[in-house]
Amino acid sequence: MCGIISVIDRLGNSMNGEAIKKALSLMNERGSGEGAGYAVYGAYPDFADYYALHLFYDNLVEPKVAVEELLEKWGKIEHSEEIPTYSKGRMLKKHIPWRYFFKPDTSLFASSESLEEDIIISLITRINTKVNGALVYSSGKNIGVFKASGWPEEVADFYRIQDYEGYLWLAHNRYPTNTSGWWGGAHPFNLLDWSVIHNGEITSYGTNKRYLESFGYKCTMLTDTEVVAYLADLLGRRHELPPEMMVKALAPPFWDEIDEMSGKDRDIYTALRMAYGPAMMNGPFAIVVARPDYIAGFTDRIKLRPMVAAESGDRLYISSEEAAIRTMEPNLENIWMPDAGEPVIGRLRR
Amino acid sequence: MSTGATPSKYRIKVDHDQCMLCERCIDNCSYGVFRREGQKIAVDSHKCTACHRCIAMCPRDAIELEEKPNDYRSHPVWTREAREAIYKQANSGQIILSGMGNALDYPIIFDRLVLDACQVTNPSIDPLREPMELRTYLGKKPRQIVLDRTKKGDYDLKTKLSPNLMLETPVMIGHMSYGAISLNAQLSMAKAVSELGTFMGTGEGGLHKDLYPYQNHMIVQVASGRFGVDINYLERGSAIEIKIGQGAKPGIGGHLPGEKVEEDVSKTRMIPLHSDAISPAPHHDIYSIEDLAQLVRSLKEATEWKKPVFVKIAAVHNVAAIAAGIARSSADAVVIDGFRGGTGAAPRVFRDHVGIPIEAAIAAVDEKLRHQGIRNEVSLIASGGIRDSADLTKAIALGADAVYIGTAALIAMGCRVCGSCYRGLCPWGIATQRPELVSRINPDEASKNVANLIKGWTLELAELMGAAGINSLESLRGNRDRLRGYMLDEEMMKVLDVKMIGA
Ligand code: SF4
Ligand code: SF4
Repeated sequence: MCGIISVIDRLGNSMNGEAIKKALSLMNERGSGEGAGYAVYGAYPDFADYYALHLFYDNLVEPKVAVEELLEKWGKIEHSEEIPTYSKGRMLKKHIPWRYFFKPDTSLFASSESLEEDIIISLITRINTKVNGALVYSSGKNIGVFKASGWPEEVADFYRIQDYEGYLWLAHNRYPTNTSGWWGGAHPFNLLDWSVIHNGEITSYGTNKRYLESFGYKCTMLTDTEVVAYLADLLGRRHELPPEMMVKALAPPFWDEIDEMSGKDRDIYTALRMAYGPAMMNGPFAIVVARPDYIAGFTDRIKLRPMVAAESGDRLYISSEEAAIRTMEPNLENIWMPDAGEPVIGRLRR
Repeated sequence: MSTGATPSKYRIKVDHDQCMLCERCIDNCSYGVFRREGQKIAVDSHKCTACHRCIAMCPRDAIELEEKPNDYRSHPVWTREAREAIYKQANSGQIILSGMGNALDYPIIFDRLVLDACQVTNPSIDPLREPMELRTYLGKKPRQIVLDRTKKGDYDLKTKLSPNLMLETPVMIGHMSYGAISLNAQLSMAKAVSELGTFMGTGEGGLHKDLYPYQNHMIVQVASGRFGVDINYLERGSAIEIKIGQGAKPGIGGHLPGEKVEEDVSKTRMIPLHSDAISPAPHHDIYSIEDLAQLVRSLKEATEWKKPVFVKIAAVHNVAAIAAGIARSSADAVVIDGFRGGTGAAPRVFRDHVGIPIEAAIAAVDEKLRHQGIRNEVSLIASGGIRDSADLTKAIALGADAVYIGTAALIAMGCRVCGSCYRGLCPWGIATQRPELVSRINPDEASKNVANLIKGWTLELAELMGAAGINSLESLRGNRDRLRGYMLDEEMMKVLDVKMIGA
């Protein structure tokens, strides 16, 4: 099942984590107490130029030595610290969350269009596949993901999420089926600028994954949410599709609808479906993808998972449940149920 | 003849108590099995091919057919087939010809792959209530779409699309030429594909003028004999297919005996009456991959780049690399024909021993194209032994865009897979040019049977997709995660890139 909620302040004003914690906890019916998480954009203004790498360590000996050796070989660690946590009740520190603020040394790598990002991705892939007992789960600049196994409020208290501030938040309450209880399996899923929260299951995973692999992506996380982030990266960043068209490629209109469109739209949508057929996502889902400059929420083409959107002033909310949004902001100006496949996009205006 | 006569393959018995002496069996059997002797129907079982025409036509159910009535002493090595092939060649000194597809007992990989369905965590989709999209486009696809934002705030499409074929169902009918099969058989299939919004191939026998009304659903073939090819032919087709090889006989050409080249066939093929139509093994202008690329371009040039051009090859060991080479030419689709593909006539040794099964070929080609990052830019059509909607669904899940069926379409018109097509006496009016046999097919009726078959498969495909929680064909294509191997060995599963059941 799973519950999702996201908010963006379109003027870039900060919000702390208190409200979203309450909203997510309200949707406990949608989870099983085995995974919850928060992502916040604007979390590290003092280190805004550094990649904030969040890792889970199983111990602070072998994996940490191996990771730091790698990082120091490929760039500079500006700052390194354990992420503060507060164990209570059953919320034990099963992994040790650690963060580095890191800058890769671009002179060491073969040239490419997005050099820094390519180095980070290759380091993440190397750590996650080769270093036992270490997992990178958050890697964006000025972005922080905080997640663990537990109920939303437990995870929030574990990290004291109310102490973090940012202009864009994502939160996810998990009812796991394929990787139960694994901290790394909790959402949000993050890679560089992209974060994803996702309620549902992607039945086209095999097709999407193989398509992405042919563009050099490696799916290593055992979760279908990963492909959403990579698809967004491929279409939204590398192919430069605007967010609403990216959503229209990932959850396109039906051919019957396209056949009815006027000349120009028909051509565009036909082209999108022909070129991005293997990127199209099938199965029941409601998803929010975020980048530093926008959030985009959308559901599958027949809306097999719920999604509501609402506005209040500069803030745009997307959630599985209206009640959760009302917990964050009782005075809403606008609340609506987007149609299947219709994107809801909140852009940063600053 | 020191070898003596071999025992007949079949024994025909007429139940004289049942028989009403209507003589339908005599009229219907083009091989001359039946004759009237006084108040009795007498039979010559030796001539029987098990085409079942008599059994289908007998109003009294009086005919009984038994396979291998007199068998040889059984032996695991010296099978009946092995022995009889030797008797035949000891007498003829010739290559042994046979019809239809591979007849050796290889395991069928399709039958060791199982499909997936949803339970609880994701809902299955009911195709009766929800849209289920089976449309597919065949042809070159852009790698990326470029949109320009206009002043009005909407977008202009900057990417130019190449011509594609639009199929409403991923089932097409493969190339069976006029000459190899009858005009009525072709007409029946042409009507069916036109009605269903899909396509069929002409084979290398040219395009008879009676098929012109269906030309928008016909793919014209250019094979090594170049029979029937002129600009009129190329322009009429909705797409052009260059045939390099065929699954039933990879590496060799074709031969239509002069007896079958009657007047209409000779006109359509543009060859002299009763001359043998010999298609050489290689195209005499293609000796390497760049020659092929040139031919693809020449055909496109001749038709002003308005038609997709496909290239068909037999599934051989190195099929993936060859397909990748083809994909890099201007070709729009690669057609892979597996070793179970049917044929009117092929040397038995080729039919049974050369080439690889289509399942492995699809997997290998799809993967190679993906590794080279060009899979979605070119279409992949699979053929050779697709028997039902399960094979179709599995072929697509392994990575095919669409399939060609051949034998299945003929069976829908009555063919009994007797394997005697090369004799030109097909009692069902399919693999023959004799007017009295050809007229046994009524294209209006037979086209309904062919259309029904494809409709039935399409419905089943939709149900299978819905059960798997997929509502669009694109999301099934190459979705090997929805397949599991059952009793396949580890190496085979690696080639297919599927997991074991239970995993
Ligand atoms: S078709 Fe049947 S009933 Fe008629 S003659 Fe032949 S065996 Fe007898
Ligand atoms: S087409 Fe005719 S001759 Fe060929 S196998 Fe079928 S029934 Fe026999």
